Amino acid sequence: MIIDIRNVNYIYNPNTPFEKKALNNINIQIDEGEFIGLIGHTGSGKSTLVQNLNGLIKPTSGDIIVDGINLTQKNANLKEVRQKVGLVFQYPEHQLFEETIYSDIAFGPKNLGLKDEEVDLRVKSAMENVGLDFESLKDRSPFELSGGQKRRVAIAGVIAMKPKVLILDEPTAGLDPAGRDEILGGIKRLYEKEKITIVLVSHSMEDIAKLVNRILVMDEGELVMDDIPKEVFKRASELKKIGLGVPQITDFMKQLKSKGFDVNDDVVTVEEAKEEIMKYLRRKEDV
Amino acid sequence: MFKDITIGQYFPGESLVHKLDPRIKILVIIFFIISLFFVDNFYPYIGILLFIIIVSKAAKIPLELIIKGIKPLRFIILITFVINVFMTKGEVLFYLGPLTVTKEGLSTAIFMALRLGFLVLGTSLLTLTTSPISLTDGIEKLLSPFKKVGLPAHELAMMMTIALRFIPTLLEEADKIMKAQMARGADFESGNIINRAKNLVPLLVPLFINAFRRADELATAMEARCYRGGEHRTRLNELMFDKKDIVIFIVMILYFGLIISTRYISF
Repeated sequence: MIIDIRNVNYIYNPNTPFEKKALNNINIQIDEGEFIGLIGHTGSGKSTLVQNLNGLIKPTSGDIIVDGINLTQKNANLKEVRQKVGLVFQYPEHQLFEETIYSDIAFGPKNLGLKDEEVDLRVKSAMENVGLDFESLKDRSPFELSGGQKRRVAIAGVIAMKPKVLILDEPTAGLDPAGRDEILGGIKRLYEKEKITIVLVSHSMEDIAKLVNRILVMDEGELVMDDIPKEVFKRASELKKIGLGVPQITDFMKQLKSKGFDVNDDVVTVEEAKEEIMKYLRRKEDV
Repeated sequence: MFKDITIGQYFPGESLVHKLDPRIKILVIIFFIISLFFVDNFYPYIGILLFIIIVSKAAKIPLELIIKGIKPLRFIILITFVINVFMTKGEVLFYLGPLTVTKEGLSTAIFMALRLGFLVLGTSLLTLTTSPISLTDGIEKLLSPFKKVGLPAHELAMMMTIALRFIPTLLEEADKIMKAQMARGADFESGNIINRAKNLVPLLVPLFINAFRRADELATAMEARCYRGGEHRTRLNELMFDKKDIVIFIVMILYFGLIISTRYISF
């Protein structure tokens, strides 16, 4: 177990009229090598939860243990935790500041006190992981790039710290389909190659269904579902009630079934749907 | 870190203080500041303190929130105190190495520190109980007589509205960027002053870039909605004095008049 969240509560602005309970008694255990999707309506506490995971904010009560370190203790080594848990914020391209792409990605590794050769290696591999060409881009300004490229530079900046757990808060928000596919493809490659643990916060049920092997659903600061994608997306009406949905293809198969076609409707990706429909057609031919 | 800054923060409420005409509140605070600088001994401070306590009680603002407003200015107050303690000549109380502490010095130091403290407390009452929009409305109205001599009252008020509107946004943004850089191992809290200043670069560069981007977007959005300031602009809620505004205004003039008069009258 790499992350253990026990009875965590978080309250913003306690004892003021702006007081808001953002997390309510959260319990989550995450094992090494899991690919987790975190979904929830805006304001459901997702971002608060992920910021708790590397000690940027500390829970009002409860314990968070990351790879053996209890973050909630006063003397916890937060620097070490932040190296273990890499957090990519929403719109991470807004945090770029260096003159060249190379030095921006090298910012994190340098803060870790690594030698120049090691920094060099890490920048190279991080850029490769997000699909940016090292030689042609390293000396250019990050501000000259397109939105999608800027975001990949920012994500590379976190990957270069070689975290054991990578958390991405809506990494595809506001990108065009090509940019989205490039980023998600990069994340998938990274997951398969480096075997790290990934937590993906997203509003896109399609992306979640395609990538993750476990889904956490948050609503009003509470964890309401925690299961494999198939099981979570079976509860379509519950999801709808809290402002979420199911992948369009799942919805499509449900409707197909309700129209009298005898297909299995607990599919979450287009590939699975294709298989199901083929099976159905073959069955029909046999009859 | 940024959550501690309460200057300019609005504390919503339904009290009489909140509902008072913003022009009256601005004028009262101006009287407050003037009278504060007329005070030349400790006793009138009781009146000043009483004013702060009564207004904050009436507005139902927790005292700790008001006191928190002094926190960012504690160094200025401390420096004022230290300079006054050591730089005033008079009856020597004791020596502190090469420095002398005098009786007069100590009393002036406490006096000045209190004056600064009251200044912050009193003025923060204005922003705590007045929403930024009505505050700038009030300023615009108060300045409008000067339009005749070429003062762009509306434009000034609009600039202030925008500035005030973006304070929380920028603070939030700074907080977010700071967290993002901390997640990449940046350290904003330790080191000597030069290192600390250097460490702020990863925070300030993105903050400025985003601020300019935002300003650009806002200007475009305003133009897209045909904004042009100045003449012939009407407003949704016109400011109007009523009886309670006038009564409170007169009471306050008398109150601060009394405090100012303590300088000239000896009891």
